[in-house]
Amino acid sequence: MYTISNRLKTFSIILIVLGVLGVAYGFMTSHKSLEEVKTMLAQDGHGGGHEATTEAHVVAGDNEHADNTHDANAHDATADVEHGSHDDEHAAHVQERLAKRPWSALYVAAFFFMMIALGVLAFYAVNVAAQAGWSPLLNRVMEGITAYLLPGAIIVVAIAVGSHYIGHHNEIFIWMNPEVVADDKLIQNKSGYLNIPWFIIRAVIFIAGWVAYRHFARKFSIAQDTAEPGDNRNFKKAFRIAAAFLVFFIYTESIMSWDWIMSVDPHWFSTLFGWYVLAGMLVSGVTVIAMVTIFLKSLGHLPLVNDSHIHDLAKYMFGFSVLWTYLWFSQFMLIWYANIPEEVTYFVTRIEDYKLPFFGMLILNFLFPLLILMNSDYKRIPWFVIMCGVLILVGHYIDIFVMIMPATAGDQWFIGIPEIGSILLFGGLFLLVVFSSLAKAPLTVKNNPFLKESEHFHY
Amino acid sequence: MEVSSKVIHAIYTDDDVLMAAVKKVRAERYHIEEIYTPFPVHGLDKAMGLAPTRLAITAFIYGCIGLAVATVMMNYIMIEDWPQNIGGKPSFSYIESMPAFVPIMFELTVFFAAHLMVITFYLRSRIWPFKEAENPDVRTTDDHFLMEISAGQNLDEQFDMLRNTGAVEVTLIDKAH
Repeated sequence: MYTISNRLKTFSIILIVLGVLGVAYGFMTSHKSLEEVKTMLAQDGHGGGHEATTEAHVVAGDNEHADNTHDANAHDATADVEHGSHDDEHAAHVQERLAKRPWSALYVAAFFFMMIALGVLAFYAVNVAAQAGWSPLLNRVMEGITAYLLPGAIIVVAIAVGSHYIGHHNEIFIWMNPEVVADDKLIQNKSGYLNIPWFIIRAVIFIAGWVAYRHFARKFSIAQDTAEPGDNRNFKKAFRIAAAFLVFFIYTESIMSWDWIMSVDPHWFSTLFGWYVLAGMLVSGVTVIAMVTIFLKSLGHLPLVNDSHIHDLAKYMFGFSVLWTYLWFSQFMLIWYANIPEEVTYFVTRIEDYKLPFFGMLILNFLFPLLILMNSDYKRIPWFVIMCGVLILVGHYIDIFVMIMPATAGDQWFIGIPEIGSILLFGGLFLLVVFSSLAKAPLTVKNNPFLKESEHFHY
Repeated sequence: MEVSSKVIHAIYTDDDVLMAAVKKVRAERYHIEEIYTPFPVHGLDKAMGLAPTRLAITAFIYGCIGLAVATVMMNYIMIEDWPQNIGGKPSFSYIESMPAFVPIMFELTVFFAAHLMVITFYLRSRIWPFKEAENPDVRTTDDHFLMEISAGQNLDEQFDMLRNTGAVEVTLIDKAH
């Protein structure tokens, strides 16, 4: 029986406290008056070459801009726009983006940790439904990680909706802003789907379904521990609900990805988006399973887990990384190739304003896992797997960051105190919830029909 | 060591017995020349102490070659030799139109890795059409396992040892014929 150590508890509480401070700092510094924003823009403009001025030029229909020719070009191109009002509009726009930044930072981190728990739940259900012989030794680890799903998912939805009701003009989802919808025909046409009550109802259905599966799967798994030898009723029940959950999951995951991520850009749509989010979810989930397993094993709590189990997890990390890249590239290349204006703006903003994170995550999420985890021997070395896992997790945080931020903070992004604070806050919460849950049941299942096979698993 | 063309063939009818026999023969420090089996016996290579294969490493190298071939080829054709404007795709530099080349880069990587690795395997295992089969006993392709060890000075001792490992047939073969 594992018990959460006081050091781990203190560590996660410190993370949470630091996180709260960082988030609070983010909110306090983000709400600037229009005058302050104007002063800031003026300073940046004279500095030359700042992104904020780039945007001014784009608005003015001029994207060639390398030097300090703001005045000459912008004035010509916007002859019909009065100088003062244009500046005001621009400043108001930037002010809104600044206000949205801490909300989005919070949302990205909240979604990232929620997605890990959800990915682990799906991976767990797949292993149960497939009657995998290698995984039963890891069942409790997976069940423990999924404990974060309920609080995590509720936090995500609370931040999404809260950003509309708290504060002014800082919605993460612009379709929640009635003023924006009022003069946007495209969003109006989608408002039958994209409206707050319906958004919340859908979220409740998703969360209820996922958490119900998690609850019963765990219940049957623990009940199987004390069952008579040969009594597999609970195992069979767990098998059946896993199969049913997977059907429910693939639909709700798809819809969730439209709701919680894709609708930050309500003018844009992509058909393979749900799978793309799913691949990122699975790879981060498997990575966290591997890391928690290696951690617990290093403390001596999982004596039966051998390096073949780690090898298998590392293979999944490798495989799902490549799957993620395949879907990322399929989405990017189809849109890049056809270059249809209504679709391509999504990537134009990302390449212009987020060049480093947008392409840098390919190195973290594809190139490193590909090269590090290709060798069969390396997949058995715990510190190698941990190192690669850290890269993968950073990469997938950036993936979510690049999905959300361009639509909210736009070019006013930075990975600074609000972002890191949010990661610490939810990271600490995640550790606390996961390890408390791991301490609630023995870490090795009993009476699972596949347990013997798992104990002797050897690759 | 005495140069001898004589070998002993021990025939087994069960792969578990064979595995145990391999371990015993190795423990007795006899050199196993070859083992013929009708199907892959899991763990036999480890029991025999064979070195791991390096085929995967060659495949990785071949894949890198394939990637390089694809890149150099398309860079020459599409960018350097005749940079036409085809449907507005930017052909000023390789990186600009790379997404369009990735499917070919991927396929050629796989093509080179797969085919060259298979050819390497054929060369290393000496397999080709019209090759004369090197089968000492036709039953080894059906349900018998054959272990071949070189015959030493004390044949009786070797025969006894092999019979004790569960061999159903032990015969002395002169390969010189």
